[in-house]
Amino acid sequence: MAKLRTRRHKVILSRSAGGDAGITFMLVILGIFMILPMVYAISQSFKPLDELWMFPPRFFVKSPTLSNYSDLFKLMDISWVPFSRYIFNTVFVSIAGTAGNLFVSSLAAYAMAKIKFPGGRVMFKTVRTSLMFHSTVTAITNFIIMKTFHMIDTYFALIVPAFCTSLGLYLMKQFMDTNVPHDIVESAHLDGASEFKTFWVIAMPMVKPAWLTLIIYSFQGLWNAGASVYIHSEQLKSFNYAIRQIAAGGIKRAGANAAAMVIMMLVPISVFVITQSNIIETMGSSGMKD
Amino acid sequence: MSKNTAVETKKAVSRKDMTWAQWTWKEMKRNKVAYVMVAPFMILFTLFTVAPVVLSIFFSFTDFNLLQTPNWVGIENYIRLFLDDDIFMIAIQNTFIFAVIVGPVSYLMSLLVAWFINELSPKIRAIVTLVFYAPSISGEIYTIWGTLFSSDSQGWVNGKLLELGLITSEIKFFQNANWVMPLCIVVALWTSLGTSFLSFIAGLQGINQSYYEAGAVDGIKNRWQELWYITLPSMKPQLMFGAIMSITSSFGFGGVVTNLCGFPSVDYAAHTIMHHLDDYGGARYEVGYSSAIAVILFGIMIGSNILVKKVLSKVGQ
Repeated sequence: MAKLRTRRHKVILSRSAGGDAGITFMLVILGIFMILPMVYAISQSFKPLDELWMFPPRFFVKSPTLSNYSDLFKLMDISWVPFSRYIFNTVFVSIAGTAGNLFVSSLAAYAMAKIKFPGGRVMFKTVRTSLMFHSTVTAITNFIIMKTFHMIDTYFALIVPAFCTSLGLYLMKQFMDTNVPHDIVESAHLDGASEFKTFWVIAMPMVKPAWLTLIIYSFQGLWNAGASVYIHSEQLKSFNYAIRQIAAGGIKRAGANAAAMVIMMLVPISVFVITQSNIIETMGSSGMKD
Repeated sequence: MSKNTAVETKKAVSRKDMTWAQWTWKEMKRNKVAYVMVAPFMILFTLFTVAPVVLSIFFSFTDFNLLQTPNWVGIENYIRLFLDDDIFMIAIQNTFIFAVIVGPVSYLMSLLVAWFINELSPKIRAIVTLVFYAPSISGEIYTIWGTLFSSDSQGWVNGKLLELGLITSEIKFFQNANWVMPLCIVVALWTSLGTSFLSFIAGLQGINQSYYEAGAVDGIKNRWQELWYITLPSMKPQLMFGAIMSITSSFGFGGVVTNLCGFPSVDYAAHTIMHHLDDYGGARYEVGYSSAIAVILFGIMIGSNILVKKVLSKVGQ
């Protein structure tokens, strides 16, 4: 695929002023619909108690305070599993799951994109078909399978299934199709490089946008994971679960709840801001032709 | 999909004088390394995606309850679902209402917004992209809608309506059977500009500029004609991928309903097949019965995806 255009679309056609105005109007309306709840959440998290309960309620905060955030941290201190444990769980599961996913999915994607072998296309089509159903369909039988392998209530139940995401493999394989030229793979083979070496030294550095995308998708999913049906022990539960749990303790904690939401959304949003251009580049080859 | 992309690395075995099975076996041996490379993924994929689907289909014909050995009961679970389970009928109806509205509307919203922002300068485009994409990656931030529409006078919407004198007592939005479905649909839409949205942005960016120039020469007059005759046909692969992502997620908004309305929702007004599945599988351990529910949901998802793919393949033909 050609490099993405970054400069402004050169307008050769006449763009009617009415059309421009209509589009801008629609965009502003939709934009307000999207952004207002976010702004409200942030505004809530800075409201002092009297503003949270005043009537009529105000949308924007009048005298902002950090007390909701400090309340949240105080609440963290009194939880009976040390809060650092929840943070460790989420960080550990997110990093281990993402690293495994990156390696397992890219390796398979390389073989499917660059080696012609019997069954390869069937495998890829099967994985692609699985994009068509939501994983909740298989939650119950998945539970039975994990039970068989004694994975229930261990980190493995969260990490191992994260290694093979259909979307990860799909995006990676599509991106390799268009961005790793055959001649380069072939000349690496002529120089005596093994398939593994070609994958690691030649192909992987060429598909950096795709692995960044895969990392973001995998990380977001694991980071936002709340309570899991596969985990019973309090010591293994996620940061997201714990923070929601303490913040949801009754109406008195409405402010702390808003603060918790803001903290939780900061991480995926900042990660997206940093990697946006790479993700968009990867999506350029996400298309499905048949 | 990628007919011509795979590379013949070593000298291919001549196909002459060989049966298909012999040739395949030779090719398999020659490409041993490929199987080693796909093995970790395919083993895990089989274990956590293929096997659960196959097992669900099998269990749906049994009375398995996690404790006793399953007995074969034929299609009894399905008969019970369709003839004796009134709540399942509500669930099917709600699931369809949800998917039929959220799927297409979020798809069109993603496409339109991506198209609207395509001609903006890169910096502004990046900011607008973030504004529209953020709700879908921010976890459970959508529960803020529960605060906005809270059932007491401190809820912003109720407070405003009371202040303006439009209502005399608070509306219990998420506890009122008339309100839960529309509100949950709005919230689901709010979080729905996800992967398909990004794919459309990339698809629009990737269209070759010369097509537009050629189009102008050929007499395309305005941006609407440009959209219909050049833009949409050029990004068909993205349209296809986006459709699959939108449809699949439009069936997966059970969590939104549970977090906002509780479980079960009032009078089952927003009860979807997914909730029914949770109820029987997660809470009552009726694996056989819940597997039948899962199989039906699976069939609906795959069926609607295939249908939409068929329709979309006609775009620009």
